[in-house]
Amino acid sequence: MNMSLSTLTISQAHEKLKKKEISSVELVKACIERIEKVDKNLNAVVFRNFDRALEEAKKTDSVGKFDHPLTGIPYLAKDVYCEKGVPTTACSNVLRDKTYLPPFDSTTTKRLKAKGAISIGKTNTDEFTMGASTETSCYGVTKCPWDLTRVAGGSSGGSAAAVSADECVFALGTDTGGSIRQPASFCGCVGLKVTYGRTSRYGGVSMASSLDSIGTLVKSVEDAALVLESIAGKDPMDSTTSDRPVPGYLRSLKGGLKGLKIGLPKEYFAKGIDPEVEQAVRSAAETMRKLGAEILDVSLPRTKYAIATYYVLCPCEVSSNMARYDGIRYGHTAAKPKDLIDYYLRARSTGFGPEVKRRIMIGTFALSAGYYDAYYLKAQKVRTLIKNEFEDAFKQVDIILSPVAPTPAFKVGAHTDDPLAMYLEDAFTVPINLAGIPGLSLPCGFSKNNLPIGMQLLGPQWAEETILRAGYAYEQATDWHKQKPALV
Amino acid sequence: MPALTQAQVQHIAKLARLTLTPAEAEKMTKELSSILQYVEQLKEVNTDSVIPTAQVTGLTNTLREDQVKPSEAKPDDLLGCSPMPIVEHQIQVPHAHG
Repeated sequence: MNMSLSTLTISQAHEKLKKKEISSVELVKACIERIEKVDKNLNAVVFRNFDRALEEAKKTDSVGKFDHPLTGIPYLAKDVYCEKGVPTTACSNVLRDKTYLPPFDSTTTKRLKAKGAISIGKTNTDEFTMGASTETSCYGVTKCPWDLTRVAGGSSGGSAAAVSADECVFALGTDTGGSIRQPASFCGCVGLKVTYGRTSRYGGVSMASSLDSIGTLVKSVEDAALVLESIAGKDPMDSTTSDRPVPGYLRSLKGGLKGLKIGLPKEYFAKGIDPEVEQAVRSAAETMRKLGAEILDVSLPRTKYAIATYYVLCPCEVSSNMARYDGIRYGHTAAKPKDLIDYYLRARSTGFGPEVKRRIMIGTFALSAGYYDAYYLKAQKVRTLIKNEFEDAFKQVDIILSPVAPTPAFKVGAHTDDPLAMYLEDAFTVPINLAGIPGLSLPCGFSKNNLPIGMQLLGPQWAEETILRAGYAYEQATDWHKQKPALV
Repeated sequence: MPALTQAQVQHIAKLARLTLTPAEAEKMTKELSSILQYVEQLKEVNTDSVIPTAQVTGLTNTLREDQVKPSEAKPDDLLGCSPMPIVEHQIQVPHAHG
């Protein structure tokens, strides 16, 4: 059992820092030691910013003021968050070759810095966040801390594995089609995907701009509320952020489940789902019923079209976003070009990996003359129907409860030769991004071979308070989130 | 429509500014065809008079004051990110016509 300080949650560490029982330097050192001990097996951390982190922790300790819960707390950011002067590669050779050093901070890391949180490094992700297993990363796959022959999930697999293995106190991830919730589920930690527009995307490397969202991977629901309170809110640098006031998420955590209506969508318990996953989520519903919630059946009949819709819209946005990697302003380059077009072709073709190329190709096709109406426009219309369906369901219930993924963590290499099979892994997560609503992924059981199982609590737009409150009540009544992988 | 030809795939690659080797093109043709075949099911959905969704925020015309503000990244910092030669504070790129 790992009893290092790095096992603490944010709120536990904060109590100790405030009482001067521990120092920020000790906390940072505990995370560093843990990374040095276990990361050779996990491959979750792709850049180690230890010297700078220790320097900042020293400064924090010498000031000695721990008024904000994040002050002096070490975290890891997915390798898509720009931090001034810190290598940021999106785990792609495109940005790794010339080691892209952003000349600015992302809004999220800047806001965390302002509260005194300490960045200790960057975590692994699928290349430009395109994948469900971190297997497309130029640094290689991140392993599941519970079984090193399996994937940590993706794309935020590095952040999920790092949190679950206590390599940090909390981590940042991004979620475009499930990239926070699915790895959180595979690794047994808590992951929050917020309402689109609740957090700023500025300074995060873009994949699909109408679907990308910025969020956290943490060890408890309380920590999810705490980090969200610090990073949410209008940002003049991201015109898609909302100016709605940011509620006090921590204050409303303890409201309990009494009177809350929770819907189980029958389409999320259909064929293809692992019976152990179904059983774990249904028994979580039963626990919540005992805690005072009312459980109802709901139907989201267009769920079956979500993958097809997503895998048109996402690649279209990808093909547009990836156009910026032309080898001119930053990134991978090509020697002795004949002319400009030859330069573009060679810089891009030798830089991007196969999954990124595949999505650029699908998107370019679907947006090209003659196909736009049949693919892109059609998918945008089906997106409307999927979004409306959720809105209708939320007229009957306050929250929807479903599995996060059809199975627990799969084996490394299981889907390498079949891109479509990998896409189908996202069946329960992509509808949420299409609708733009929030989803909280949290542990709700284990399979017979000791792999974590996750469930997601979904709310209407801007209802983070409700799903956090429900998640908190469930967490208080269970101890799944306290289980730790038996890593050496 | 689903099954693509290799010639079509090479044409799309050119539009996307990617070069595919014959082996890559063959693999890509199979993979794209199977993905597009899967996507065909969207045709089953009746979308007559449905308004397409491009974004979900509900925000329209987000405007700000047109003011010049100092940027965190200075011009030289940005030029410093380029892998190309920098000449008189400009990026030197290959000729557009060979």
